[in-house]
Amino acid sequence: MNPGGDPASVADPAHDALLAARLFSLAPLSFGAIVLRGVTPARDALVSAIGDALPCRRLPGHVDDERLLGGIDIAASLAAGKPIATTGILAEAAGGVLIVPMAERLDESVAGRLAQALDDCQVALVLLDDSREVEDAPPASLRERAAFQCDLTGSREWGDVAIVAAGDLSMVAGLEDNALKALAGTASALGVASLRPLLFAGEAARAHAVLNQRDVAERGDLEAAAKLVLAPLATQLPPAEPEPPEDQPPPPPDPSDTPSDSEDKDRDQTLEDLMVEAVTASIPADLLAQLVKGNAPKRGGAGSGQKRKSGLRGKPLGARPGMPRGGARLALIDTLRAAVPWQSVRRRESGSDAPIIVRKDDLRVRRFEEKAARVTIFAVDASGSAAAARLAEAKGAVELMLAQAYVTRSEVALIAFRGNTAEMLLPPTRSLTRARRALAELPGGGGTPLAMGLNAAREAADAVAARGRTPSLVVLTDGRANIDADGQPSRKQAGEDAEAAAKAIARAGLDALVVDISARPGREGPELAAAMAARYLALPRADAKALHKAISAVDAAKVTA
Amino acid sequence: MARFPFSAIVGQDEMKQALLIAAVDPSLGGVMVFGDRGTGKSTAARALASLLPPISAVEDCRYGCEGDQGGTCPDPCQSGRVRKRPVPFVDLPLGATEDRVIGSLDLERALRSGEKAFEPGLLAKAHRGFLYIDEINLLEDHLVDLLLDVAASGENVVEREGLSVRHRAKFVLIGSGNPEEGELRPQLLDRFGLSVEVRTPQDIDTRVEIMRLVAANERDPDAFAAEWEGEDAKILRQIARGKTKLAKLETGDDVLTDAAHLCMTVGADGLRGELTLMRAARALAALKGAKAVRREHLIAVAPSALRHRLRRDVLDETGSTVRITRAVEELFG
Repeated sequence: MNPGGDPASVADPAHDALLAARLFSLAPLSFGAIVLRGVTPARDALVSAIGDALPCRRLPGHVDDERLLGGIDIAASLAAGKPIATTGILAEAAGGVLIVPMAERLDESVAGRLAQALDDCQVALVLLDDSREVEDAPPASLRERAAFQCDLTGSREWGDVAIVAAGDLSMVAGLEDNALKALAGTASALGVASLRPLLFAGEAARAHAVLNQRDVAERGDLEAAAKLVLAPLATQLPPAEPEPPEDQPPPPPDPSDTPSDSEDKDRDQTLEDLMVEAVTASIPADLLAQLVKGNAPKRGGAGSGQKRKSGLRGKPLGARPGMPRGGARLALIDTLRAAVPWQSVRRRESGSDAPIIVRKDDLRVRRFEEKAARVTIFAVDASGSAAAARLAEAKGAVELMLAQAYVTRSEVALIAFRGNTAEMLLPPTRSLTRARRALAELPGGGGTPLAMGLNAAREAADAVAARGRTPSLVVLTDGRANIDADGQPSRKQAGEDAEAAAKAIARAGLDALVVDISARPGREGPELAAAMAARYLALPRADAKALHKAISAVDAAKVTA
Repeated sequence: MARFPFSAIVGQDEMKQALLIAAVDPSLGGVMVFGDRGTGKSTAARALASLLPPISAVEDCRYGCEGDQGGTCPDPCQSGRVRKRPVPFVDLPLGATEDRVIGSLDLERALRSGEKAFEPGLLAKAHRGFLYIDEINLLEDHLVDLLLDVAASGENVVEREGLSVRHRAKFVLIGSGNPEEGELRPQLLDRFGLSVEVRTPQDIDTRVEIMRLVAANERDPDAFAAEWEGEDAKILRQIARGKTKLAKLETGDDVLTDAAHLCMTVGADGLRGELTLMRAARALAALKGAKAVRREHLIAVAPSALRHRLRRDVLDETGSTVRITRAVEELFG
């Protein structure tokens, strides 16, 4: 199968995914994991095909450490009067495949366990990623250990597929030096820095050769490997015009002209270029768009942003009856206290002379009050009117807030609106490095799509709240909207839309603060704040430190209120 | 991935040096490794652990008691026999709870027989070995605090749930993380002895070399291990020699003055910088088999020992490494 030449493979991502799944099935433990993104019939067909070919288990949604690793089943042990051990899912699935549904919602602690199991070649994973946004991807620790990442969201295929896992990698010799060089060169051209994908690509090329009943990996195998393993991870586009090394003539551009057994050096160069070409064709279109804008998604960057507090920590609240499962810890003292009054009755009943007889309904579990992490979302008006006035000051204030977030370990997100767009420059993060970069790159100019900015901020806040954290909103604007919610320049419509968006924020009950950054604060700012049920602050005609002080004061007031 | 021989790791010289220094002088306080995913951080740490010779411990002791300490752990261990066991390497998972780390009440025994017994956690398991924490910057602060505390004191003290237990827990703490994904508080960073920055090698030949070695290791791990056995044994001898030399090695006043000057110039907070710098230089000298600690040793360890201790302006982009190199050049030419 020639991935570059087959028009169907370009047309539907399911074809690539099927090939990836076939390679994966040949040596699941060597490839670690395969990520299948998008809820589509093609994915269901693939998963059931993998299930037919390999021993599979499904990971339950809310699995805890005990279920994952095994341990003592307390309820069963109490009933039986002797310790009853349960086998963990990881042990049960050992050597086989574990299917992880809704991998994007996977708890980080579980992901950590699974990553360790992958490192020890204990199991292989099929990660089903149902996320809609790229930011919601499965935990980075697992994505990093997955050889294949297939995006099936655009797939329109329906048919059943079959995977036959026949043969194994040892049937194919190790890759030759020039093949390794070609893969390594392709990886650098695509900006894939990590070494793991590179190693996976080598194995994938061999697996592809096995599929095609060759005992040495050929160019087609390398191309397929580069396309399936390296392309989805690309963080940069290969240089459009590959610069020829000074001492070599540029290789002929037509692949058919190059005999495979020509001079070695020449061939390497060609091979690498061809692979880069094959790969470029399969790089997702939105990546191209983002690359043009100069902010490629930081794969793995979302790691800390998704961190969710587990219900295991925080201030203790006392115990309540319940089973110690799902991560809830047994409150021993309370359990014993609950059991003590019944001891004489139970002893008479059972005739046992055990020192203490505990029953299932005595069990108490701990409860903790967790403090949700705060995420401050900055919506910055970078329009021409604001930019001319005091954008620099606003930037300074945001920078200072970042520095403060660094100390309190809260997270920040940054949305900028200007011209006819509002965009999330920085998804919630604790990384100062990234925040600082996003801010420095923030350009100014264009109209003021205030409604868009407010809507984007509200959506971001909803997403934050959906993950169990507390959003608060800081809108820096001059309040003079002149672009409406559809991106059309119309001052009247824009004003109405902005008011509607502000009221939606008020209805959502978000903590908000409007910082007026106009040169001479008029009535727009206070009106906007009133509609949003937000606090209002005219940016003091002073340095960023003063603004920062004002924001901190608002935060402090919130805490005491 | 199969175990990889330490000597077969390509590049990553600073990290290898830091790990070896930590192996020679475990009391330095651990190594923090900054770097992206897939740069071979955990491979190197694991490789070092499996390189070290097996330790002898009381048979079946859950706390890894040495032969002459038999019976001094909370259990206490009864067996008089001493067995060899591999150097422990504990991989702390990201979501680990406090219970699992420090140990907790043995619920099973408590419920069944009303006995108050301690179930040792990962800290007991890591005694006399390595505790590796990937993505330590994502670990909860109180856990990091606790780990660093135990690593520094060499003892785990548990006072909770009506338990009062203490046991030895001496280990080399190795943390790794990517600053792009969230940072570690400076207070915590400062308590790591050494820190290193690792990057993926960008040059094609090195990357090809790595692919070749990994492929060879996966194809036939035994043959590969045998091939590198000689090199590994050399490193092992180097560590053993370093350990014996360390006690006798003198640090001259001139080197101490150099260390103090360097720390003042770069503006390292507190005295920990000087102390670690001096001790790391001594360990390096011992490792290299030098007769005395010299300035070159100091310079070689300066970035690792000081990088994470510089007071930094959160909004200043200049890398710490650059500042140290500049200071070294200024002072020592």
